[in-house]
Amino acid sequence: MNYELIGITVLWIFLYGYLIVASIDFGAGFFAYYAKLTKKDHIINQLISRYLSPVWEVTNVFFVFFFVGLVGFFPDMAYYFGQSLLVPGSIAIVLLAIRGSFYAFENYGSKDNHLYMFLYGATGLLIPASLSTALTISEGGFIEETANGVQLLYGKLLTSPYSWSVVFLAVVSVLYISSMFLTYYANRAGDKPALELVRKYALFWSSPTIIASLTTFIALSQQNLEHYQRAIELWWVFGISVGFFLIAVFLIYIGKYYGWAFIAVMFQFLFAFFGYGASHLPYLLRPFVTLSSGVTNETMAISLIIAFIAGLFLLIPSLILLMRMFLFDADYVKGKK
Amino acid sequence: MFEYDSVVMSRMLTSLTLAFHIIFATIGVGVPVMISIAEFIGIKKKDPHYTLLARRWTRGFTITVAVGVVTGTAIGLQLSLLWPSFMQIAGNVISLPLFLETFAFFFEAIFLGVYLYTWDRFKNPIFHWLLSLPVIIGSTMSAFFITTVNAFMNTPQGFDLEGRVITSIEPLAAMFNPATPTKVFHVISSSYMTSAAILATITAFIILMKKGSKYHKKALKLTVVATFIFSIMTALAGDLSAKFLAEHQPEKLAAGEWHFETEEGADLILFGTINENNEVQNAIRIPKALSFLAHGDFNAEVTGLEETPEEERPPLWIHYMFDLMVGIGFFTLGITFLYLVFWKVKKWNEYNPLLLWGIASIGPLSMLAIEFGWIFAEVGRQPWILRGYMKVSEGATTSPHVDWMFVLFIALYTVLAIGCITVLRKMFKNNPAELELESRYPQVAATKEDD
Repeated sequence: MNYELIGITVLWIFLYGYLIVASIDFGAGFFAYYAKLTKKDHIINQLISRYLSPVWEVTNVFFVFFFVGLVGFFPDMAYYFGQSLLVPGSIAIVLLAIRGSFYAFENYGSKDNHLYMFLYGATGLLIPASLSTALTISEGGFIEETANGVQLLYGKLLTSPYSWSVVFLAVVSVLYISSMFLTYYANRAGDKPALELVRKYALFWSSPTIIASLTTFIALSQQNLEHYQRAIELWWVFGISVGFFLIAVFLIYIGKYYGWAFIAVMFQFLFAFFGYGASHLPYLLRPFVTLSSGVTNETMAISLIIAFIAGLFLLIPSLILLMRMFLFDADYVKGKK
Repeated sequence: MFEYDSVVMSRMLTSLTLAFHIIFATIGVGVPVMISIAEFIGIKKKDPHYTLLARRWTRGFTITVAVGVVTGTAIGLQLSLLWPSFMQIAGNVISLPLFLETFAFFFEAIFLGVYLYTWDRFKNPIFHWLLSLPVIIGSTMSAFFITTVNAFMNTPQGFDLEGRVITSIEPLAAMFNPATPTKVFHVISSSYMTSAAILATITAFIILMKKGSKYHKKALKLTVVATFIFSIMTALAGDLSAKFLAEHQPEKLAAGEWHFETEEGADLILFGTINENNEVQNAIRIPKALSFLAHGDFNAEVTGLEETPEEERPPLWIHYMFDLMVGIGFFTLGITFLYLVFWKVKKWNEYNPLLLWGIASIGPLSMLAIEFGWIFAEVGRQPWILRGYMKVSEGATTSPHVDWMFVLFIALYTVLAIGCITVLRKMFKNNPAELELESRYPQVAATKEDD
């Protein structure tokens, strides 16, 4: 295995981690606001806040990790993405900033402030939409390199069916992953009314998720035929993903093994995400950066990998500690601590 | 209207984000230290006053840390969005500490989450205190790593540049460049100092406004003593930084000190004005002091600005930034020292209103000094973004939309500032220390107020 492959795999794992933990967080914000609007907030908001309070900052770091790592392993990406993503990137920063800070303001400061709740709910859907732009652009055809540097073609981006199907997929996946997790968490807390409510959300959002996945596939064939064909060659990976989807939905439907159901969701996205990633190669940003053209020098790659491994030795025990204290500590989950 | 220039706009937007972020970053590095000290004293002395102090500081800290996290994310992304060509080069050479900074921050974030929610979960409170240590380590290491990147921009090393191709890269040499030791020391000590000073300001202000209780007097003693110690450290770090500049980045020191001709026994110029012929007027001159500042020897030779080509000289107005930074530093040192004298000399009253007003001023002033210091450091590196290799104008984006992004971020930071202040005010106004003491530690509250 060469360095660039190790590098992109590590980064992809982090992006996958972000996809899962951030989706839980983004979706929970939306559900909390939706529950408030439909006057059901007394049922689930306690549950949501008990989960989110200790972990929101950690979620953010997954994302920072990904883009700092991307600049480190593939400095050319900093140049092309930096040049082209100024506007969508800045909008994403603003949304992330509003979300993070107002979550803290609401949670530690003024409880149940309607405006804060609204911001928290709305940004939960807008952030995935704006961040997904980066993946859309990477397919090629949305930026051009001229004598005046690299520019994003806004008209093309905003009128492309592929771009909108990715946005749609991002938003529904967020709601699907989040409601699946909350179902598990509510069950763990032994909170029957909350469980009933979030289980309904989970079942509701499952079919749009699979429909959005299919439409994105079709749109991809229009946008980038080569990538589509490589994805078709990996059909079995996506097949396994659909299999896990069916397992997850079945378990939620029969109302048993919620923990396994969420694990199935994680595998569903793991396979889909890595299938997408693998078929995306060799391009990181078509046609400007490929895996081997964009990679940093060998010395830096080695030192980053060493730093990464050393860092994991520090982080994994700490993350386990955090999870044991808040996610899997039955008393904490039930609100007794 | 002035003409659009993406380099100027990128500089303005980066300055805006950094100026805002540095406030919260400074608090983020320094306040955990103060919290940890207070909690430790509370456990050792079995004095709930200190424990309550740690608890209340922590609560306020969560708000500032949130703003620090989101603005830190902003500057992290903006580096690539606004300086893509610079990051393309820098990514090859200096991405190791950037990457490690994320790890340190990750570590801090995890333990901060644990620390916040476990105040009453341990039978032995020392375990909870132990959780504050990884938070301190994480935040201070973050400061360390990110400062090495800034140091690298001032004294780049650890690579060869042939045209646009970078070779012979040594990540550790790049990270531990000549500017690293003094810069890191200065950034960390001044963060500790400023955070302690801000907490001292809050306490002094409460005592002035409504004659604080025993709780506030203990808090004042702790914060002022801490500020005093940290300002000595900062003064030492500042002195070492000046000696570093004299050796490795003489043009920055020369521009900051209005020192034009290389000479022995150079005078130190304080404030003053300068005319178009670079003649200094209305200044206070301390004979030979610049030589002493730069080399520890009153007769040493100090390199003047004349030795730097004209187009590579930093602007001369940074002189004021330097003087203001140093002036505030010594003012803070003096005020906190005065408090110690008043406290130790039994006849004198350390709660003298004039002295308290002085203490109340050191928090905002120290934060200003941080801003002035960074302006001095950054503008003093001009025209370089990577000294000797790449100019600022070569590193910037060519995107035509930076101006609108500038407006967008002004709006964002305004909203964040208002939100942060409102929430902090509400948080402490509705729950004064006396009330919280009564509800948490009724037995202590009953025996208090003997003074």
